[in-house]
Amino acid sequence: MLRLPTFGYHRPQSVDEALRVAKDHGPEASFVAGGTDLYPNMKRRHQRPKQVISLGALGELHHSSGDPGAGMTLGAMMRLSEIEHSPLLREHYPAVAEAASLVSTPLLRNMGTLGGNLLLDTRCNYYDQTHEWRESVNFCMKCDGDTCWVAPSSPRCWAVQSSDSAPLLCAMGAEVTLRSADGGERRLPLGDLYRDDGIAYVAKDPSELMTSVHLPALNGWRASYRKLRRRGTFDFPVLGVGACVWTEGGVITDVKIRIGGAGSWPIAATAAEEMLRGQTANEELVREAAASAYKPARAMDNTDHEARWRKRMAPVFVTRALFDCLGWTAD
Amino acid sequence: MSQPSKLLAEFAVNGEATQVAFDGYKTLLELLREDLGLTGTKHGCELGECGACAVLVDGTPVLSCLVLAQEVIGRAIRTVEGMAEGPTLHPLQDAFADLGAAQCGYCTPGILLTAEALLRDDPAPSREKIRDALAGNLCRCTGYLKIFEAVELAAARQRGETAAPRPETIYGH
Amino acid sequence: MGTDRKDTPVGRWRHDVPTESLRVVRQPLRKVDARSKVTGITRFADDLTLPRMLHMKLLRSTVAHARIVSIDTAAAEAMPGVHGVLLGNVMPNPFGILPVSQDEHALCIEKVRMIGDPVAAVAAVDEQTAWEACRKIAVEYEELTPIHTIHDAAAQPEPRIHDYGVGGNVHRAENLEFGDLAQGFAEADHVREDLFFFEGNTHLPMEQHATLALFDADERLTVWSSTQTPHYLHRALAKVLAPLPACRIRVIACPNGGGFGGKSDPFNHEICAAKMAMITGRPIKICLTREEVFYCHRGRHPVLMKSRIGVDKSGAITALDFESYLDGGSYGSYGVASTFYTGALQTVTYTVQNYHFRGARFFTNKAPCGPKRGHGTPQPRFALEVQLDKIAVDLGLDPADMRMANLAPAESLTANFLRIGSMGLGACIDKVVAGSGWRERRGKLPHGRGLGIACASYLSGAGLPIYWNSMPHSGVQLQLDRSGLVTVFCGSTDIGQGSDSILAYIVAEVLGLDPFDLRIVTSDTDLTPVDLGSYSSRVTVMSGNAAMQAAERAREVLAKAVAEQLEVPVGRLVFAEGRVFDTEDPDRGVSFVEAVVAAESRWGTVGTTGSYRPPKSAARFKGGGVGPSPSYSYTAAVVEVDVDPETGIYTVPKIWVAHDLGRAINAALAVGQVEGSVYMGLGEAMMEEMAYRPSRFGVHKIPSMLEYKSPTTMEMPDVVTYLVEDPDPNGPYGAKEVGQGPLLPIMPAVANAVFDAVGVRVDEVPVTPEKVFAALQAAQSGKSGRFGPTKTPDVEWPAPRRVRTPWQGGTGVEVERESQNEAAGVAGKKGA
Repeated sequence: MLRLPTFGYHRPQSVDEALRVAKDHGPEASFVAGGTDLYPNMKRRHQRPKQVISLGALGELHHSSGDPGAGMTLGAMMRLSEIEHSPLLREHYPAVAEAASLVSTPLLRNMGTLGGNLLLDTRCNYYDQTHEWRESVNFCMKCDGDTCWVAPSSPRCWAVQSSDSAPLLCAMGAEVTLRSADGGERRLPLGDLYRDDGIAYVAKDPSELMTSVHLPALNGWRASYRKLRRRGTFDFPVLGVGACVWTEGGVITDVKIRIGGAGSWPIAATAAEEMLRGQTANEELVREAAASAYKPARAMDNTDHEARWRKRMAPVFVTRALFDCLGWTAD
Repeated sequence: MSQPSKLLAEFAVNGEATQVAFDGYKTLLELLREDLGLTGTKHGCELGECGACAVLVDGTPVLSCLVLAQEVIGRAIRTVEGMAEGPTLHPLQDAFADLGAAQCGYCTPGILLTAEALLRDDPAPSREKIRDALAGNLCRCTGYLKIFEAVELAAARQRGETAAPRPETIYGH
Repeated sequence: MGTDRKDTPVGRWRHDVPTESLRVVRQPLRKVDARSKVTGITRFADDLTLPRMLHMKLLRSTVAHARIVSIDTAAAEAMPGVHGVLLGNVMPNPFGILPVSQDEHALCIEKVRMIGDPVAAVAAVDEQTAWEACRKIAVEYEELTPIHTIHDAAAQPEPRIHDYGVGGNVHRAENLEFGDLAQGFAEADHVREDLFFFEGNTHLPMEQHATLALFDADERLTVWSSTQTPHYLHRALAKVLAPLPACRIRVIACPNGGGFGGKSDPFNHEICAAKMAMITGRPIKICLTREEVFYCHRGRHPVLMKSRIGVDKSGAITALDFESYLDGGSYGSYGVASTFYTGALQTVTYTVQNYHFRGARFFTNKAPCGPKRGHGTPQPRFALEVQLDKIAVDLGLDPADMRMANLAPAESLTANFLRIGSMGLGACIDKVVAGSGWRERRGKLPHGRGLGIACASYLSGAGLPIYWNSMPHSGVQLQLDRSGLVTVFCGSTDIGQGSDSILAYIVAEVLGLDPFDLRIVTSDTDLTPVDLGSYSSRVTVMSGNAAMQAAERAREVLAKAVAEQLEVPVGRLVFAEGRVFDTEDPDRGVSFVEAVVAAESRWGTVGTTGSYRPPKSAARFKGGGVGPSPSYSYTAAVVEVDVDPETGIYTVPKIWVAHDLGRAINAALAVGQVEGSVYMGLGEAMMEEMAYRPSRFGVHKIPSMLEYKSPTTMEMPDVVTYLVEDPDPNGPYGAKEVGQGPLLPIMPAVANAVFDAVGVRVDEVPVTPEKVFAALQAAQSGKSGRFGPTKTPDVEWPAPRRVRTPWQGGTGVEVERESQNEAAGVAGKKGA
């Protein structure tokens, strides 16, 4: 049986206490929310915090507030299944509920949290392996080794952004609040949190705690998330397109498209966005714009499915997501 | 190596409070199987990728291989051992036995508990709903069909209907 | 048939009993262990613990191919909590499942042949300590060029992975010709040649292999293990642990948490646990991680195939020239048998007038391949059924009608001397054609939607044992207690298929008892007579027949005693509902308990035995040992697919499957076996593959439950199952196999359905969206709408062993031997 290594365990009763413990232990500590990302990684020994700080007792991170008219704030510790089944979210933010429902399995969604999903470690099938397996390739750049086996001549790590909620929430312009032990708190667009690096994939200090996620007010936009994976459950996205379209009288006033599962961060399909912005939506234009998503999608051979095909699928999935946003019928 | 000293805590498993000394690194799965002798809970990957270890914590089906035992001290834990009342099988257990929905029986405990939570929330789930609810439980023997039918049969019986297996289920078409 | 086959006429196994007279058999009863399974009480191997038990871990090779230069265990041995460290030198005797390939060591001695090969074992107070101690063992390797593919193995004779075999890295090469191929092609109206590739895949049982070993104070070894073959594990243990005599070794096969063939070999971890128990004097437990289960493997061989086929205008096969190239992985396992199986069963579904088979198995530095559900036959079945679909298109025939027109006849010998008994394939085709609306819907659905058909056959147990001998393949002992308890002892192993229940149903049927009143004791080499194991779909037929014989003998003994007591002729006595009574005066009778008491009073302790050996095979040529079986099951399936032409992604909304199982011993369990087979076949068709990275040290790409894709509840379609009962004289109550055959047609039916849906051919398994997409792209750009292999390797084939077909007057031996026999004047005696 794969087992956890030994570690110090903390179960703080308040956010302040959690931050204090995190500060005390510095980089040796890791927060754990649902445990569905950290514990498998610890069992495979590619994450090895000496101290684990459970957020399980922090009821304050669990609540949602606000209303769709003014924007909503979701506690980072909301379970994915709570988001998936929330009547309010299903009615007003259906794409958010949908994206949450597409994460892994019902069992896992009963444990995994929104914050955990947004901060999901980047994935790679040279990295998400046991210690023994990784020893066979002399380890990799992301953990214990020097080489990125996806692209051995590359100076960087190509582990893949694999969160289902991140591309969508980035496209929607959602924001997050982070708190740190020195009492500081910052709120930033979620999109600014991510970095195009398989190792340092978030611009966040390890002792900073994501406390909440802010959904924008409903004001004429519509969002969609389209996920490519082998099976209808369990699997991480090997391509996940989040799109959000703002329209006014048939004109696309703004559009954001983020491609997940095909690079180390949610990739902005900027060329497509530019082609659509300010235009009257029509099918041909949408397809043409979506075709430009082929280039930025950097599918590589470190997930399920063939990389070239995944890249070829990016325009298809962008088209379908945009169709959803425009209320058109796709496939 | 295991920690030098064990933790001592009380767990509420199947309605029984049990005090147990255990290693702090252990997951609920290990606690149940190794420290409480409840081997009905199975494991197939220990990484949350198969569902064989599913148990209920406060009524919610979770992956016991990814729940730290320390995290659920005092919470209501339900395992397959708690489903039958004395010699009387739970309606789901009866239906699984009737239809041969347990072939090797290894994924069965996790599926039974997941299904139990489903039927508590929805006494008359559609086939689609059952399919969705069990989407985190792999089975390699049955092809799931007998499992779906057993959940439907148990649901009907739990609703007080006199339900029998469909002839094509047990005789073929 | 049976040990006393001379005096047992056809019909001995009561295949002609009218259905309505059966009381237990055919009924959709619960399994005898159903309550244990649904309450979590069933004890799988890893559920067992013993006082003072230590935990063992194996240190496995991190390189694919290397010489072991040195191993330093000092640091591991010095660790607190470590009680034992083993290296290969203490277990020098090789082992393996087949006598011809004893090529494994419990721990590698000179060489490692794959990533995951075990080189050391550590026992410690807990699993973590054992794992950490393994990390402290320093192994120095001198790396050798690894070989990862069939083509590499064929092209690179050096370095050799094994120093036995045909030569180079060719493990085995076979060449068999039945009839006159040239003439067959000359008679053909249409000839085509196609290449196919079937990627390897694995069993992925939910339960990871586990073993518990105890060497007790009286110097007896007991090994509890998740094995499908306790008898062969017993043999391997005796061989490696010599001089410990076999009679001091007890193997108990625990209920398997799924097997599918993956627990049919004796495994290194089982032997290491036993040895470690002997050395430390402590009980030893090992439970493999999921990754290690991938290294055990023994799953589906990747097979590259070339099939040249000649047909007449009706699609009847005048000649079939079939080549298969198997990627065997690092050890022999069942591979020699697998090789023959890729050529054996092509002939039992449709008549093949002239048949040529060449098969070669290669060693590669990957996890060893072996038997997975369908053993060696799904790959050629895929090739044949897709090729026939192409032929139907070429000839403008309906693929279902074409198959129907060319069925191999019941009660006949095939070109390669397999004896077909009952043959219900026609009825199966009728069922799925009618059920699926084939005639109205095939070729007429909107673009993207399609139907495909395929058929198959599988054996009900291998006709020959792994170690050739004259002893029974299955034995049953019955003990009748004066309480009325009947205990059934049999070496068979329940891997979830319900074999314990089958024993109970058959004995209960014969003795007129409630099957749930019986005690079933199985798979314990100390207590139960040998059954060869739960492989090759042999258990219902073989242990079922043995159980029937034992039960009938018990019935005879009891009947004689009761007849004397009641003064009724034996022939008038009926055993039913727990009584033995006069059929002409049902009130005149005794309870079953009284019957046992009467017999025990008359003759002493009551016990009987039964045993079964398959009928002698007609195939007496070298290589004819693989393929013969007491009977063959038949399956037809229609699969519906819904393809998205823009992506190549497809779903399978519905499958219709009809299976001729002779007779259902338990209809509900039989339906469950069909559905489970369809499921597993669908996984192979759509997604499952053992993927490696040749350019990255030969690591297994995805050794996890998450990344090795197996179908979930979301992929499983509706399945309409038809049980076709065409009783076979060699099966208990006419029963044939049901656990493997229904898997076989699914992969080709999916590929054929994709063709019907979007007009492209994927000549490879799995049929992934990428491949469908690639074929569609090719078709759009004016190229052939096909995805599949384009070349086969060069192999130096041995000269063919030529055998004349039965219709040529052949006698089942090689032409060369026939003429020798003729010269000796013995040919006449051996007519088939």
